[in-house]
Amino acid sequence: MTVVLSANNLRKSFGGVKAVDDVSFEVEAGRLLAMIGPNGAGKTTCFNLLNGQLPPDGGSVELDGKELVGLTPREIWRLGVGRTFQITATFGSMTVLENVQMTLLSYHKQNVSITTMVSDLYVDEAMALLERVGMAEQAERACSILAYGDLKRVELAVALGNEPRLLLMDEPTAGMAPRERIELMQLTADIVRERNISVLFTEHDMDVVFGHADQVIVLNRGALIAQGKPEEVRNDVQVQEIYLGSGSTFAA
Amino acid sequence: MGFYFIQFLTGLASASSLFLIAAGLSIIFGVTRILNFAHGSLYMLGAYISYWLLTTLSPGPIGFWLAVLLSATVVGLVGVIIEMGLLRRIYQSPELFQLIATFGVILIISDITRAIWGETDLVGPRAAGLSDAVTIFGHKLPEYDLAMIVLGPLVLGVIWLIFHRTRWGTLVRAATEDREMVGALGVNQAFLFTSVFFMGAFLAGLGGAAQIPKGGADLLMDLNVIAEAFVIVVVGGMGSILGAFLAAIIIGELNAFGILVFPQMTLVLMFAVMAIVLLIRPWGLLGRPETASRAPGEAPEPPLQRADKAVRSLFTATILLLLLVPLFSSDFIMVILIDIFIFVLFAVSLHFIMGPGGLVSFGHAAYYGLGAYASALLVHYLGTPMELALIAAPIVAAAGAFIFGWFSVRLSGVYFAMLTLAFAQITWSIVFQWGEFTYGDDGILNIWPSAWLSSKMAYYYFALILTLACVYVLRRTLFTPFGYITRAGRDSPLRADAIGINVQRQQWLAFIFAGAFAGLAGSIYVFSKGSVFPDQVAIPQSIDGLMMVLLGGVKTLTGPIVGAAMFTALTDWLSSNEVWFWRSILGAIILALVILFPQGIVGFVRDKFRPSEEGG
Repeated sequence: MTVVLSANNLRKSFGGVKAVDDVSFEVEAGRLLAMIGPNGAGKTTCFNLLNGQLPPDGGSVELDGKELVGLTPREIWRLGVGRTFQITATFGSMTVLENVQMTLLSYHKQNVSITTMVSDLYVDEAMALLERVGMAEQAERACSILAYGDLKRVELAVALGNEPRLLLMDEPTAGMAPRERIELMQLTADIVRERNISVLFTEHDMDVVFGHADQVIVLNRGALIAQGKPEEVRNDVQVQEIYLGSGSTFAA
Repeated sequence: MGFYFIQFLTGLASASSLFLIAAGLSIIFGVTRILNFAHGSLYMLGAYISYWLLTTLSPGPIGFWLAVLLSATVVGLVGVIIEMGLLRRIYQSPELFQLIATFGVILIISDITRAIWGETDLVGPRAAGLSDAVTIFGHKLPEYDLAMIVLGPLVLGVIWLIFHRTRWGTLVRAATEDREMVGALGVNQAFLFTSVFFMGAFLAGLGGAAQIPKGGADLLMDLNVIAEAFVIVVVGGMGSILGAFLAAIIIGELNAFGILVFPQMTLVLMFAVMAIVLLIRPWGLLGRPETASRAPGEAPEPPLQRADKAVRSLFTATILLLLLVPLFSSDFIMVILIDIFIFVLFAVSLHFIMGPGGLVSFGHAAYYGLGAYASALLVHYLGTPMELALIAAPIVAAAGAFIFGWFSVRLSGVYFAMLTLAFAQITWSIVFQWGEFTYGDDGILNIWPSAWLSSKMAYYYFALILTLACVYVLRRTLFTPFGYITRAGRDSPLRADAIGINVQRQQWLAFIFAGAFAGLAGSIYVFSKGSVFPDQVAIPQSIDGLMMVLLGGVKTLTGPIVGAAMFTALTDWLSSNEVWFWRSILGAIILALVILFPQGIVGFVRDKFRPSEEGG
């Protein structure tokens, strides 16, 4: 298995709080890695270290062997790291199609072109992506009037626009109905396998985690306390303690 | 040494007066999030009312201060009327509409003041009991200056007591920090807002009334003082009273000593300080970053659509009509229409950064003025042919926008607005005070177009074709990647950044692009009037642009065109026919439009006739 992303001994403190404390893990090509942990475990900080929003105090992040620490989020995106957000962020004054075109325009460095009309640029590519996430019929609708689940699919299409090697998905199913969650994760998993993309995602819904993740890592108070296949993590005593202690149900 | 000490005390005395008006502005903004442009008018009203009281009653020492307090109270009540009668109706409108509304109030108050007290500047009576001078280190200082020095900290102390020792003050502080949370806790917001407006207006009135023995009253003080007050509030940090106090002292002293060091640059200094503070501390000295509003944001505009058949035919018909106008109309109509063309171009260029760019510039006149002065100076000093001077205008304006924009796009929201205002005022100050080069207030005259455009009709067609071409380019650009990516940065900076868009750089380029077109508009103006004056760079020019865009509808593409045409036609017609109370009428029309059409005129028409999908 080829390793796409490897995080090595990542550290980040805020004042005296060790938000991320010597965390190392790897994401393999074509796999979904779930990062779980109670609130305040350091998941968001960890994400921000990976995508360049925050500089780590120590450690390294490598994408296909290239060091990412020190690069801006935009540079990291250009190297092939796509992102989706916990609360969807789309361009509300544009249609679904135009939202996907934006990522293609940016990818092809057309941001300041004033010669061609947007309506003539990358329409087929954008439609192909929308087709893949099942949003082609709604391509001409305004993004601002979409149902939340559809918006999540648009985000996925947008994140695929730069032909990423890795997708960072922050709670991809937050705010969705249970059935939609399963559908979205199934879609993500299918795309990941057919395009050999890797996914690192955080998630609170254990059904989603155990249903779709190939590997799971568990953070608690900034430290990585367990990692492995979902079954192994589920049976880990320490993990069970943390989750039972915080009141979440952990039964399969 | 003694001289410098006196100068220092003079600075403190003027700082007190500045603090009073700035404190009121800051409190009102902190709680209601309204940038009250009419605050200077309340200050002016305070000055005129106290002048009237003092000259009619000629009271003794105690009576003097009672008269000052009475004036402030009356102004406070005027504030209450404004809040209850007008602003309360538009709290739900976009924030900028409130600003436009307060600008309507400025026009009305200015007209009423003119009607009651006349055009002449009034010299204030001396304060009873404080009319002498004291000698300090061998230099004389008016006794009243000492009283003013005490007044500032005294008012600061009283405000502090009210804010920290009363329930009402606690609510005001809480609302300044998090207005929605205070609302969620069941506080009567209507009363809170009204009372805050009373207090703010009272302080403005107090400031105006208390400076009467020093400065007197005139009809220009409303806009003169509002610029200074904004500087102080922004330097101190929006919503921070102590910050306003500190900033008032800094600006007061800067004015007192700046006049000794750079007598030619006093006006620039203040705005330069503001620009520097904003760049180092983007939220002012004691301000805090604005808390993100949890309220659902305004609904985004519907996706861009090419003009449909109806709109296209309407445009074609209008253009045909405009081409035929010179055949049957008088020069006067053509003059008004040329004005309209120029303002349409100005407004459409402003809309480019305001609408799709999401950046509300309060200083777009800077680029209009830079273009205008670039052309005029080239013709005046180098005898440059009109054609070349016209081409130079957008280049110089773009160069100005290149520099000012680089700093401005680092900020957002109100602070962006204030920094662009500061840069516009710096430009204005240079033009106004550098008399040897720019002829200052006298303006530059005899800047006429080339011979082939010397007839009104020729220039009419020239201006029409140039405007049409530019508006076409600006509009078309919105449909290209440059326009779309700029809009993407406005819609969601987070998402834009995540797909590799450098939002700040994009905004900067849009700012320069829009600035260039504003510069060209300025140049067309110069050659149509044959002259240029500092007014073309002044605050009202920027505000006019804002009004045209907002009244027309910022979320539409034709809005700025319609807004500019209507606004220019209205002001030209009202002012040239010397309609009785024309400023008040204009102000009232603005208020009516703001209340009736919160989406702007074109936005209203669009919503009415083209209901979007799912009624959104």
